[in-house]
Amino acid sequence: MADEEDHQETELSDNQKIDIAKWFLLNSPPGEIQYVAKDLRSVLRDDNAYQMAASEAFPFYNKTHIISLQFPDRSGDVLVSSFSEISEDEYLDPRTAQVGKIDHVKQICTDIRPAKDEELPTPYIEEYRCALDAEVCKYVAEAYPKGVCSVYCISGKDVEEPGSDFELVVLITATRLSPQNFCNGSWRSIWNIEFMDELQTVEVRGKMQVGAHYFEEGNVQLEAQHECKDSTMFQSPDDSSFSLANIIRHHETEYMSSLETSYSNLPDSTFKDLRRKLPVTRTLFPWHNTMQFSLTRDITKELGIEK
Amino acid sequence: MEAALGLMRRIPPKHTEAALSALVSLLPSYSSDLLSQVDQPLQVLCDVDSAKEFILCDYNRDADSYRSPWSNKYHPPLEGGLYPSPELRTLEIEANEVFSVYRDQYYEGGTSSVYLWEDDEKEGFLACFLIKKDGSKYAHGVRGYLNEGGWDAIHLIEVGPEVEGMADYCLTSTVMLSMTTDHENSGTFSLSGSIRRQAELSVADGHLANMGKLIEEIEGKLRYSLDQVYFGKTKEMIWTLRPPTELPSTRLLP
Repeated sequence: MADEEDHQETELSDNQKIDIAKWFLLNSPPGEIQYVAKDLRSVLRDDNAYQMAASEAFPFYNKTHIISLQFPDRSGDVLVSSFSEISEDEYLDPRTAQVGKIDHVKQICTDIRPAKDEELPTPYIEEYRCALDAEVCKYVAEAYPKGVCSVYCISGKDVEEPGSDFELVVLITATRLSPQNFCNGSWRSIWNIEFMDELQTVEVRGKMQVGAHYFEEGNVQLEAQHECKDSTMFQSPDDSSFSLANIIRHHETEYMSSLETSYSNLPDSTFKDLRRKLPVTRTLFPWHNTMQFSLTRDITKELGIEK
Repeated sequence: MEAALGLMRRIPPKHTEAALSALVSLLPSYSSDLLSQVDQPLQVLCDVDSAKEFILCDYNRDADSYRSPWSNKYHPPLEGGLYPSPELRTLEIEANEVFSVYRDQYYEGGTSSVYLWEDDEKEGFLACFLIKKDGSKYAHGVRGYLNEGGWDAIHLIEVGPEVEGMADYCLTSTVMLSMTTDHENSGTFSLSGSIRRQAELSVADGHLANMGKLIEEIEGKLRYSLDQVYFGKTKEMIWTLRPPTELPSTRLLP
């Protein structure tokens, strides 16, 4: 009887299992959720709990990691994000004015349909969106060997003419998965761009996130992020787009050089606060002559000058 | 079990503890295997008698109490707890003293503990050398670069019986580290990781000197490979995603 009670105590409820499963899925490093899912299934040994967890965790993971999926007819890519979300499994690609239907757990785009008029911005907004998309594409092609980008209107898409505020979002992502080399990484940046009609200014807020995982005989992960702000003048679509793309280029390039600095500070300053390369004496530890330490300790104790 | 270890290889090292306790609750029958194969961040307790901190691990634990290497007492007190033989205890006292000096010279702070115990199966003994350092600017980070920084090292040494003045040493070392810097102009930068390596040696001479040299050597190697190989690989990855370019010298608009 007592045994049975013990057993019940250790047995997890379905909800606890689902919560644990979701936690593992959501903590997957970039591009590794499928591997985590595979291992998790065999650890969980409960397919119902797994399915429940997967149906909640995958959409969230896909949107926060802004995964890029190819259309089934290879006519383009759709970025899965909260900015492009039309419904839980439908995401807009404004460049081709198409909506992709997504299978979140398989991480594929299963179907496309043309976007409806009400899902797209007005011609006035579209002029700005399209011009910015063209400039950002140019920049991404130069700066990222395998970058994907998209521009969305997230507020004021029904504005017909000058006189009202509206907001665009630029998403840039790049992912490189090379599991055979035990290395995966991702870059994503989100640029919120608010066109303020009354002030005739454009406010820019950027958030860049990078992650990398190296796991050959170990597990080492980098996570870094940075946020910044800038602004420019409200001009014609082409002029605004040109200066906005320059702002993005400038901040992203600057961030790369700050990452470079962080890395180059590692060996001699940052890492040194954890463990030095050499002892403070700058010579290897005198293991063959350790009697001296006990002696000096005794003396400091006697003199009462011990720390 | 293999799947569980697969998961541990992918979950961010800073979440090791949470991941491990989740796995133990999912796989209670594998709990002892999991706990012995996955190292987790070290905990410390204060020895009331000597007013010094000591590190907790499986090797100084008996029931729910932990033996301090300083006073040789269990915390909380335990009746009939296990103790090393008087000869081993003498070596343990010396090892703790010397290893504290070693730790001070390399780590400029932190806590260390050494535990020795008899090997029931073979005639030798086992030794566990532990170091825990909080290198953040709020703790023992003397240079103040780190907003968060931890280094936990576990060195487990199996010492074989002495045969004709020679003994075999088999060392398994794990280092777990995490560090985060946060600057206004570069944001947060955080690296965390865990690696484990083994080394073997067969030599004459005193046990403490041999074990000490082995540990010093492997710690140096582990630090080097984390720094040069592991961190380097993450940097290489970011650089392939977005190769660095020269910052354009002119900006068109403010």
